[in-house]
Amino acid sequence: MKIRRLFIANRGEIALRIIRTAQRLGIETILGASDADLDSVPARLADHCVRIGAAPAAHSYLDLGAVIGAARAVAADALHPGYGFLSENATLARACQAAGIVFVGPDAATLQAVGDKLDARTHAAAAGVPVVPGAAVGTLVECQQQVSGLGYPILIKAVGGGGGRGLRRVDSAAQLAAALALAISEASAGFGDPRVYVERYVTGGRHVEVQLLGDGNNVIHLGTRDCSVQRRYQKLIEEAPAPGLSAALAQRMSDAAVALGRQLRYRGAGTVEFLLDTSRDEFYFLEVNARIQVEHPVTEMTTGVDLVAEQLAIAAGLPLRFAAAEPALRGHALECRINAEDLAYDMRPSPGRVSRAVFPAGHGIRVDTHIEAGASVPPFYDSLLAKIIVHAADRPAAIDRMAAALADCQISGVAVNTALHARILADAGFRRGAVDTGYLQQLLAASAPKPARSATG
Amino acid sequence: MLTHEDVEEILRLLDATPVEQFELETAHFKLTLRRSTTGAGRWTQERQSHGAADMLPASGSDPTASVDAAAPAAAPAAVDAEPAADDGRLEVRAPLVGSFYRAPKPGAAPFVEIGSEVGADSVVAIIETMKLMNSVYAGAAGRVVEICIGDGGFVEQHQVLMRLAPVGA
Repeated sequence: MKIRRLFIANRGEIALRIIRTAQRLGIETILGASDADLDSVPARLADHCVRIGAAPAAHSYLDLGAVIGAARAVAADALHPGYGFLSENATLARACQAAGIVFVGPDAATLQAVGDKLDARTHAAAAGVPVVPGAAVGTLVECQQQVSGLGYPILIKAVGGGGGRGLRRVDSAAQLAAALALAISEASAGFGDPRVYVERYVTGGRHVEVQLLGDGNNVIHLGTRDCSVQRRYQKLIEEAPAPGLSAALAQRMSDAAVALGRQLRYRGAGTVEFLLDTSRDEFYFLEVNARIQVEHPVTEMTTGVDLVAEQLAIAAGLPLRFAAAEPALRGHALECRINAEDLAYDMRPSPGRVSRAVFPAGHGIRVDTHIEAGASVPPFYDSLLAKIIVHAADRPAAIDRMAAALADCQISGVAVNTALHARILADAGFRRGAVDTGYLQQLLAASAPKPARSATG
Repeated sequence: MLTHEDVEEILRLLDATPVEQFELETAHFKLTLRRSTTGAGRWTQERQSHGAADMLPASGSDPTASVDAAAPAAAPAAVDAEPAADDGRLEVRAPLVGSFYRAPKPGAAPFVEIGSEVGADSVVAIIETMKLMNSVYAGAAGRVVEICIGDGGFVEQHQVLMRLAPVGA
């Protein structure tokens, strides 16, 4: 069926990103917005906007009844969930189907299979993809029993989680109880599911992922991305292709991702995340992200494919356009996430109102943002303000282009992390490439100020 | 809405001219392109959207909708302006804006109660901001004599959360 009236169940830069492609394709857009976002740039630029609830996400973007109710009230024929919030919620996919609305994403059964991180591990193993040792834990005692077999350090992960939330590294038995409690708390608050599991923490690992597109019959990959520059498991800089991989290793990882996609009869855009143990060129399955991802633009820049357009085409029932030949990869792309974070205070979030927003422009530069002068940065949602994306012939040229682009980026009114990006781009370790997920923490530890305490007295 | 390809196309044309600043205005937005001072051939962009969202009615029967929509997002609780008492009490203030929680997870015992003795490094509460749980430290040794905010309440940065009486003084 042809999609004519698309409901966007998200906010921020990704809402605007989806609106842009939908409008280009001649699809009418209706943004579902919370009270905090009724005057946001995406609300103004969508063809229409509808209120879905109060500012806290639990009362709006995470309120399934409110979202589906609004989509029905405005007579949408399709719903794009973006990333985060309800984007991988199988119940929403089913509710859409029941309401006769096309859900722009994988079918409910796939979301269920990959959304439960333990089920996803089982599918990966069935597809012949290696997984990190670990198991579900419900109590501190169970957790202690598991850890005795795995050894420290370990990672506690939310079963319903993803996107790096509800994830905690634990280095010793003394930290275990507190870390478990906080992980459960974040899992409940973030995903409405308190279940967690533990995994051995692979030290020196890189985060490498493979972009998939599937139509339920065919599954293809669009190359690798590296997202190893992370802090608190939040990605900061992503690039495509993953640097420093031999062609054979990149092929093995892409083949593994495609095998898992076929096992799932995957339909839509998705990403298979791997942990790459560089010391042995071995990789382990981490999770499937059954949605568009924050870092999708680096793949778009190296393939020339508009992933949101492909999502909409697949959702409309069209067969994959690339079944015969996968798109060729061209050059190198980088993305820097500009977050409302205060570097002077241990990168704590910095909500507020933006007074001025100047971004770079020019050849090989793309800026995905919902921020302009006057934009509000509410405390209720994540801190992503903008993604600066560059493309160039090779990695050194892309790094140089990004460094120059960041120098032209000026945001006032809220604190932003631009200086941290500049520091990473100038660092010899990053420029050499192939850094692991511990890299940024080590770079910060080299000269980090102590976090400020809260008391005055 | 312009894509980055559209902007690149405009800049290719402008690069061959002496133009320093270029503005493009439509019914929905204004784009301002300026030559950057950081290097030759480099540009900056600023965008400004116009007008208000074109609101459609939701299910139509929520009487609170219009009221909530008119209120500013995250209507701030009045910042506690009470002067610090001169009886030597210490104030624990919110390090950042967000939701105040007294316990590490729902249903768990609170970090502290009235009468609890704390050290400077004791965690006394958490504040959830932008999806992250941030520990609030007492910041000084003392005994909790007042907890100013209810569990789950929204607090502004620097708002007084608790008061401590010094111990051993």
